[in-house]
This record gives sequence, C-alpha cells and structure tokens, in this order.
Amino acid sequence: MPMLHTLVRCLLLLLSLFSALVQAQTTLQWDQIVAQAKGQTVYFNAWAGDEKTNEFIAWAGSELKARHGVNVVHVRLKDTAEAVTRVIAEKSAGRHSGGTVDLIWLNGPNFLAMKQQGLLYGPVTPLLPNFRFVDVTAKRSNVIDFTTPVEGYAVPWRLAQVIFIYDSARLRDPKDVPRSAAELLTWARKNPGRVTHPNPSNFLGATFLKQALYELVADPSPLQQPASDESFARITAPLWPWYDALRPMLWRKGEQFPENGAAQRELLNDGEIDITLSFTPAEAAVSVLAGKLPESVRSFTFSKGTIGNTSFVAIPYNSRAKEGAMLLANFLLEPATQARAQDVKSIGSVNVLDAAKLSPAQRALFDALTPSPALPTPAELGIAQLEPHASWMTRLTTEWQRRYSR
Amino acid sequence: MHLLRHAPLLTVTAFAGPVVAGLAGTLLPAFGVLPAIGGESLSLNGWRELLRFPGFATSLQLTVMTGWLATLLAVFITFAVAAVLHQRHAVRRLANLISPLLAIPHSALAIGFAFLIAPSGWIARLVSPGLSGWTLPPDVGSVGHPSGGALVACLLLKEVPYLLLMLLGALNQVPAKAHTDAARALGYTPALAFFKIVLPQVYPQMRLPILAVLAFSLSVVDVALILGPGNPPTLAVLAVRWFGDPDVRLYFQAAAAATLLLLLVLASIAAWLLLERFAARAGRRWVMRGGRRSGVPAFATLGSGVGAALFTMAAGAMLGMGVWSFAARWRFPQSLPPSFTLSNWERQFGDLQRPALTTLWVGFAATAIALGLTLACLENETGATRLQRRDAPSASLALLYIPLLVPQVAFLFGAQVLLIRFDLDATLAAVVWSHLSFVLPYLFLSLADPWRAFDSRYARTALSLGASRARVFWRIKLPILLKPILIACGVAFAVSVGLYLPTVFAGSGRVATLTTEAVTLSAGADRRVIGTWALLQAAFPFAAFLLAAWLPRLLYARRRGLA
Repeated sequence: MPMLHTLVRCLLLLLSLFSALVQAQTTLQWDQIVAQAKGQTVYFNAWAGDEKTNEFIAWAGSELKARHGVNVVHVRLKDTAEAVTRVIAEKSAGRHSGGTVDLIWLNGPNFLAMKQQGLLYGPVTPLLPNFRFVDVTAKRSNVIDFTTPVEGYAVPWRLAQVIFIYDSARLRDPKDVPRSAAELLTWARKNPGRVTHPNPSNFLGATFLKQALYELVADPSPLQQPASDESFARITAPLWPWYDALRPMLWRKGEQFPENGAAQRELLNDGEIDITLSFTPAEAAVSVLAGKLPESVRSFTFSKGTIGNTSFVAIPYNSRAKEGAMLLANFLLEPATQARAQDVKSIGSVNVLDAAKLSPAQRALFDALTPSPALPTPAELGIAQLEPHASWMTRLTTEWQRRYSR
Repeated sequence: MHLLRHAPLLTVTAFAGPVVAGLAGTLLPAFGVLPAIGGESLSLNGWRELLRFPGFATSLQLTVMTGWLATLLAVFITFAVAAVLHQRHAVRRLANLISPLLAIPHSALAIGFAFLIAPSGWIARLVSPGLSGWTLPPDVGSVGHPSGGALVACLLLKEVPYLLLMLLGALNQVPAKAHTDAARALGYTPALAFFKIVLPQVYPQMRLPILAVLAFSLSVVDVALILGPGNPPTLAVLAVRWFGDPDVRLYFQAAAAATLLLLLVLASIAAWLLLERFAARAGRRWVMRGGRRSGVPAFATLGSGVGAALFTMAAGAMLGMGVWSFAARWRFPQSLPPSFTLSNWERQFGDLQRPALTTLWVGFAATAIALGLTLACLENETGATRLQRRDAPSASLALLYIPLLVPQVAFLFGAQVLLIRFDLDATLAAVVWSHLSFVLPYLFLSLADPWRAFDSRYARTALSLGASRARVFWRIKLPILLKPILIACGVAFAVSVGLYLPTVFAGSGRVATLTTEAVTLSAGADRRVIGTWALLQAAFPFAAFLLAAWLPRLLYARRRGLA
C-alpha cells in the first residue's frame, strides 16, 4: 500500500505541475498579447444610433488607453451590415491583412454571414482570461447564436431579450396588459390603431412574427431545425389566421409600419400607440432617463417567456490590430465593465456573466445598480427562449411580404 | 491655348474610371457575376427574384408616379412663381430667401417635414386639443401614406427652390426686362409676357436642371426612407435595403433593381425630351395667336400661392427642428415644449468639432477642384476665339452626368473595391475624389448655361482692343459671371456637405463629416439630437450661400446689372 500511496502522490504532483504549466502557458500567451497590443489602434465598428452606447464605447476606449496604451476609435455605423460589406470588399480586393476593421459588434445574421464566408479570426475566447466568468449553461445564446455554434469565433458582450413596453397612463389596470398573443389580439380589438410592429424586413419586426409563432405553436422544438417547405407550412399554419385577425386592428390599419424599433418607440412617445417592443430589456428605463419616453412607461413580457439572444464582438480575419481587439473584447467581459453597462443611467444592457462564477465583491457591483420602476424584474425575464434557426426568420419575412406587401 | 484642349479629357478620365468601375460593379452583379460571394457565371436570377418580389409592380408604379409628379409639379410651380415675381423688386430678396432652403440636407428636411405633417406632429399639436378636440393623435396616414403624397410634397420643398434659383440665374442672361416691358406696352400682363416671351428663351438653360430633378426624384433614397411608403417602398429604397442586408445573396437582386432604376431614369429623360417637342409645337401656336386674355395669370397666382405655402412649410420644418434642439421633453398635444434646455447642444458640442472641420475641408477642396475643371472645360468650349455659341455639350462630357443618374448605392460598392485595390481608401483624398463625382455635375449644370449664354460681344470688343485671351478671361468674363459662379459654388458646396454614402464608402468609415454623424444618430430617432445636427449641417452651406449673395453686391456696389 505505501507503494500505491506514493504513486498516487506522484501522480497528483505531476498533475498539479502540469496544470500549473498550462496555466503559466496561458498567462504567458496573454502577457504576450498585452505586450503586442501596446500602441495599437483598434477600429471598433459599432452601431452608433444611440448616444448612451456611444458614450459607453468612448469610456471603454479611454480605460483601455489608460491601462494598456491601446487606442480605440469608434467607427460609427448606421447599420452593422456596412462593416460586413467592407470586409467583403476587402476580401474581394485581396487585402488579407492590414484590414480597416478590427472589431465588429454583431450577432445573428451578420455573424452567420461572416462565419460562413470565413471572414472571422478565431477561435479567440480560449485566449481571453475574462471568458471564465461567462455563463455558458443558463445563457445558452452565449455559445449558440441562432442555432449556429459560435465555437469561439465571437466574444459575448450583452444579452438581448424581447420585451414589451406600455404606457401605464393609458393602460391603467395592470390586468389589462396582454401577456400572450391571444390576449394581444383581444386588446387590439378593444383598442384599434394603438399597437403595431416594425416592418418585418427589419430585424425586430421579423422577431415579432417569430415571437407570435412561439406563442401559437403547440411544440416549438422543430424551430431549432432548418425549415423546409413542408415543415414551414405545417408549423406556421396557426400564425396567419391570428395575424389576419390582428392586422386591421393595427396602427394605420396594418397598411404602414414603422421602419425599426427606434421609430416605433418614437410613436409611443408621440402618443400614437400604447404598446411597443424592444430587444433591450432596460429600454424603457434607459429611455425614460434619456427623456425619450414619458415616465409612466413600464415593461412586460409574455407569460410563456420571450426570445433572447446575445450580441457579440468579433474580429475580422484581416484585422490590423488583432491583439488590441482581443484586449478590448476581454475588457468588455470584466465584471466591473458589465455592471457599469447594466446600469440604466448608462446603456442598461443585461450582462452575459454567471453570478455563481463571480466573487462576492464582484456580485455586489450588480446589487448596487440604479433602480427604476420601468425595469423588468429578473423573474419577469425568466429564462429566454432560444432563437429559432435563421431559415425560419427568412421564410417568415418572405411569406409575410407575399401576403401583405401589395 | 493648348492646355485647355486637354481639360475635357482630363475631367472625364478623372471620373470615367470610378464611374465605369462603379457601373460595372452594378451591371455585373445584376447579371449574376460577383466572384467574392460565389457568383461565377452570367445568370438572370437577380432579375427573376426582383420580378417575383411581392409588391414589385406597386413599387415600380410608385417610383414612376412620385418621380414624375414631383418633377411636373416642381416645374409648374417654379414657372408660376417666376411669372408672378420676375419683374418685381422682391425677386432679389426671393433669391436670398430660398438659398438657405438649398443648404439643408435632404434627410434633415425630410425629418422636419415628417414632424410637421404627422398626425402627432406640430400642425396637429398646434390645433389640439383646442380646435380639433383631439386628445390622442388621430389614426390617419400622412407620413408614409401608400400614395407617396408626403414624399412628393417633401421633394417639392427642395426642388422648387433649386429650379427657381437656376431660373433666376438664367433670367440674368436674357433681356427679360426689355422684352417684358415691350410686351406690357402691347397689352400683355407680366405673367402672360413671361410665359409667352421670356420662358421660351430661358427654357434651354433650364433643361439640364429639370432633367437632374427628374433623375433625382426617381432615385431618391433618404427622403423616400423617411416619408415614402414602406410596404412596398420605391425601387431605390428596395435596392438600398437589399444591398444592406446581411444575406449577401440579395446583392444580385439589389443590383438588378438598381439597373432597372437606371433604365427607368434614362427612359424618363427620353420621354421628357419628346414631351418638350410637343409642348414646343403647341406653345408656338399659342404664342403666335397673340391672345391677351387667358387663364394664365390665374394659374400663375395659384402656382405662386402653392409656392408660398411650400416655402412656409419648409421654414416650419426647419423651425420645428430648431425648437426640438432646445427641447427637454415635448409630447402631444403640447404646442411648444414645456421646458427648454441647452443640454442637447452641450452634449453634441464635443463630438462635432472634428466632423465640422472635415466637412469644411472636403467641401472646399471638392468645390475648388470642380470649379477649376469646369472653368477649364467651359472656356475650352466657348473660348474667346470661338465666337459661336455651342448648343449641345460635347458627348464626352455627358459622362459627367452619370453620377446623377445612377443610384448611389449601386455605383459606390464597385468604386470602393477599386479604391481598396489601390490602397487609397480611408484617406481624405479618396473622400474628396468621391465627392468630386457628385459635386462636378451640379457645378457644371449650374454654371454651364449662364456661361454659354455669355454675350460674346464683350469678349470680341476686348480682343479687338488688344487684350489677350487670358486677360479677357480673368478681367472680363470672370467678373461678369461672378454671380453665377458663386451660386454654382454654393450649390456644389451644399451638395458636398449633404453627401452621405460617398463619404462612408470612400472613407471606409474613418472620415467623419457632419452628415455621416447626423445620419448615424438619426437611426436612433431622437428628434432633439436630429434637430441639433440638422441645424449644424445647414449652417455651413447657408454661410456659403450668404457669401454668394452678398459678395457680388459688395464688390459691385457701383455696377448695376452685375450684383
């Protein structure tokens, strides 16, 4: 037995030496990355339609400059697809290194397009020290983006989940608030012209249709598989009668639709509608503080839950400042950064981290955030429903256009 | 001068490259060729998808109707306003008044106009709840109405001032006053005299601006996005949507839509020129008949009434944005914001210094280069030794107008690939070069006819007195034509300030101007921010137009007829 004892102890020693070596190797790799990133300029291509997000990115840039000497330039996009187009143009022109885009804020269809075309650098997540805080079990959208495995080619940044916003000055009784697709139809019948959704050619508009589909199907599991003509016709059969009944009750009788979520939020502010939707759970609270919505707005979700996804940052394959970009991605995952982003005085984005993986001090950061009556509670948000396969969204949009685009 | 003979070739070469590349970048994908995303062989799939798109027929019909209606109305209103005012003292002040309207970028004006006419907009707020009894906005369509009415109205807001300005410039070159006085002595009213006598003389100079307006109305994107119907939108908006879609396979049908739009514009121009012939024949008979009583004065008064209404609406749109830029919160049905604040301006101030300087430099450089090239080409054409007026622009210069006809999105992707291949993208020079493609046609268009209408007797007299050609150019031609030159530069500068897609494509997003920043911020739909940036965007070209209006007056305070 003493022989076995010694053997086991030797093995344990070897194991701990080995893991220490691996740890040292990873830290060494990260140190090399930090050293190489010093002095680089990272061109962070991110949608710039929101002042608060722009301020946050500017703050992140100044922090990175102070800590690691990395310059961050926020390339302001009207649409993420602009950056994707630019990388494609560079690839067409043969520029395989020294590209002008270093980091892109994207998710869903844009991520899919880039990963499929081989336009991304990676895998990067194993190299980032802060990735250990990320929740990969309960927040599955951090590793599976619209049923495509991320496989480390993009770094999670913020969570999004479909949330509905209503004006409590108009819907005075919380029991009136529709908590399902069927209830929404009933409410619309009683209040014609007071609810709408963005044009389904827009991301959020298509998501409204997806959400309604989730509500009306008996079994949502086929949505995780690619859609075929047969399965699409069968599964969306309950959606169209519901929508046909809803459409004449919509704002402008369903002939006109706001172009995007921001335009629809403006309609709520103008008093033209009473209910709107958004992908940012804290949208109501953030907008109230920014003066874009009246203080009487509140948030709600459907009782069965709503769709959620993750926004990522990804590095193009030809980036000129890959190390600097990795530093920025890592910084965005830091608990203090995630907490700051979650505050409604800033951008109010939900964090991608796992509370169980944080230290008590780090967890306390999240407890100290600004409260707001317009924020949904974590109980209300629940566990997000996974995004269906991208083919469902494309087909829903096409079918909607075929039926209602005259 | 030998050097001048190369001017047209130089100009065309500077633009033929990216234009042809840009066009190739549109035509090839329309027929299925785009290797970067797997399109290897010719195919008609793009066209098939375009024709199969639900609502394609409605979209095409909408494009044609709104484009033609906007152009026809703009032309009639312009002529009506000119007929009523052209002999009054007010006409000089009119030119100064309408110049600021040209300075406002399309998107800013469209958003301001949208706020004005929306059911929850300013007009509704002013009459609610007092006059109208509305506590909630009524559910009626105005902005985005499927008929395209809001789109046509907003296009008129910019097109009428532009055509009017061109017309006033052209009137300077024709003995309008003398002819009108003679007509009045014979018993015609001033309005009738304008239509029968002055208009036929100035119309050739108006032809190019009108065609540019036609092309623009058919292919406009910003205004159609904000005010036009969305379901389905116009062809141009469809193309932009598809080009911007993350699914790159839509490029093919986007390119097909852009090509169809190009063909539509060319067909419309041909149709307009044909219509001109008929109108000319009918018009000549009408003029020869010599009737002194007709419905024309009434029509002119009506038209100018509409013109005045348009001007009021445009001013109201600008004012609305100004009020928004100082507003804290403003909800329906308040007529004015209950509280004002400077914080909107304070917040934006830090962000705006660099873009403002960039806008200034790029606009200045693009205008200066365009002016140099234009003057060289024009002088080569109608130089002091060529004493005959040339009626048609040389064929090679027709290429200059292509940037005005091809929808920007389609043209620019191909140009961007070209820039990247030569490692020239993301530089200020690339942005100036891309602006040049759009600034040059407008400058040439604004300057060409006043230049060609220059009375060659001045030049001949100077030459016979012993001046050299260069001296004639610098001491006679330029001073006399200073006002049209400055107006043309003002227009060119305004065009440069308002350009969005060319700056984004050529600058690869690295070069930020006031317009790129404003358009990105407008995606967030906060009217306070939009109001702030819209005012800033309008300030620079406004200043340029002020200069164009005041400088001749200052310099020629003692010379009548030049200021």
